[in-house]
Amino acid sequence: MALEEYKGVYIYAQQVDNKLGSIAFELLGKAKSLAADLDTEVGAVLIGSDVKGLADELAAYGADKVIVVDDPELKEYRTEPYAHALASVINEFKPEIVLVGATAIGRDLAPRVSARVKTGLTADCTKLDIGDFPMTPTPGKTQKHNQLLMTRPAFGGNTIATIACPDNRPQMATVRPGVMQAIDRIPGAKAEVIEFNPGFTPDHKYVEILDIVKSVSESVDIQNAKILVSGGRGVGSAENFKILEDLAAAIGGEVSCSRAVVDSGWKPKDLQVGQTGKTVRPQLYFAIGISGAIQHAAGMEESDVIIAINKDETAPIFEIATYGIVGDLNKIVPELTKQILAAKEAKANV
Amino acid sequence: MKIVVCIKQVPDTKGGVKFNPDGTLDRGAMLAIMNPDDKAGLEAALRLKDEYGAEVTVVTMGLPKADEVLREALAMGADKGILVTDRVLGGADTWATSSTIAAAIRNLEYDLIITGRQAIDGDTAQVGPQISEHLDIPVVSYAQDIKIDGDYVIVQRQFDDRYHVLKVKMPCLITALSELNEPRYMTPGGIFDAYDAEITVWGRNDLKDLDDANIGLAGSPTKIAKASDKVRNATNPPVTLDAGEAVTYIMDKLTERHII
Repeated sequence: MALEEYKGVYIYAQQVDNKLGSIAFELLGKAKSLAADLDTEVGAVLIGSDVKGLADELAAYGADKVIVVDDPELKEYRTEPYAHALASVINEFKPEIVLVGATAIGRDLAPRVSARVKTGLTADCTKLDIGDFPMTPTPGKTQKHNQLLMTRPAFGGNTIATIACPDNRPQMATVRPGVMQAIDRIPGAKAEVIEFNPGFTPDHKYVEILDIVKSVSESVDIQNAKILVSGGRGVGSAENFKILEDLAAAIGGEVSCSRAVVDSGWKPKDLQVGQTGKTVRPQLYFAIGISGAIQHAAGMEESDVIIAINKDETAPIFEIATYGIVGDLNKIVPELTKQILAAKEAKANV
Repeated sequence: MKIVVCIKQVPDTKGGVKFNPDGTLDRGAMLAIMNPDDKAGLEAALRLKDEYGAEVTVVTMGLPKADEVLREALAMGADKGILVTDRVLGGADTWATSSTIAAAIRNLEYDLIITGRQAIDGDTAQVGPQISEHLDIPVVSYAQDIKIDGDYVIVQRQFDDRYHVLKVKMPCLITALSELNEPRYMTPGGIFDAYDAEITVWGRNDLKDLDDANIGLAGSPTKIAKASDKVRNATNPPVTLDAGEAVTYIMDKLTERHII
């Protein structure tokens, strides 16, 4: 089939326990702008058991079409039946672009599917655009238009590369959670819902789930926070995170941390920002006692405003901070908390 | 039991990242090491060998100098090393790499294949699952505990907020996390023996069922449109302030931006 016959920008709408993850809405937001550039439609692929009811929610976030693969074999995520479902949808509906979240599930599913449908896959993209490949006209090479240009960091965030998949379809990418932005919810929006079942016959590739153990975690999802108060090794101890927690409470934010803090056992891994942790882009990011190694920067440099406080004026965090303060965090942070509370109180009394 | 472990030689990005004066990455100044997740995969294989008895074969694809990581693996306790190297295999993306490594593994007997979750240079986490697809065997990625039960492997598979305990029939492929274990050191005797050990070297013609359309740069569906060493953003220089001044400065900025 000719490459031009592949149409539509599709996303994998990840659900766990029949709840859609925010990554599905983020991917729809990006898919909508790509589809507008290509003058095509946005499709969401919803895979699970008894999940059809989630289609309206996908429509509300921008899906024109929802393809539902609903089967009891798909109750819990397992690589094989899910890979079979997504690969079958791709072979049947022939989208030109397929986006999958770079979640623990997406990074398992997407490589298996891309190998099955024989196309390229670009991992952990942070930027997606429609453009030409080669990007500038090159003698002896045909320049192809309307290609998906996928930009991603590599070498632990030290380099960036833009990648195209000019001769295979679909063009597939996984996208880091927290990087793309969902559109504002459109209540009452409807999508065309298509039920599709390619048939599921367990074979040697189906694994048996013996047990599912959920970790009991009280902590918040730092990727949804508008303000993050993030601490590093410079905070000094688990106990001293109290001053960051007070600041977060005063300003209406959440506490996050660097890898060094997790390695020291001061905070759990799910609060870690960075290459091996989570990518965040809050409106305001406080980097307190964080040196800002490139692995950390990779996870937070897209924040709208970065305020860094560090006693070492050569700390790399100052290279990416919007505002950098060389000073003593133990004095600055508690005083800042006090003044924010005072300012809020003054406002409330006006 | 026969275990194949796939490993990769990578530049060390942890702690040893060096920049040129213009802000670009100085690759020449960085050490070449065994990829950390792969080393954890090798350690997992060696523990299975210690507990159940197994023959552990390590496979790498790369430049001729990648035999260094094979020798390191042998010094840790692996039994055989295979280097897949050929000019025509260079420039491969994950599709072409996985096609090539799968072809090499078709030459071997195996019950279990272990790869690292991802390499620290590419960070894709794609090659392991793609190898399993080419070999038509089950994959369990993000393994955090591995046990053998007859013809089956019992694996804990980590997700964001939970883990699944999975029972998988061998042959299968598992991708390992560096958090899985603390890899052992090479033994002095092991290092001595590994230095002299014979490494099997395979070129393109030694690989089975491998189409030329699926190898090297030409056989890679993804193409690099642009690559650059990242130059960090120049920003406002930091200001040195005492606590009172610092708080006033931050409060001004927060007010200016309507955050408070």
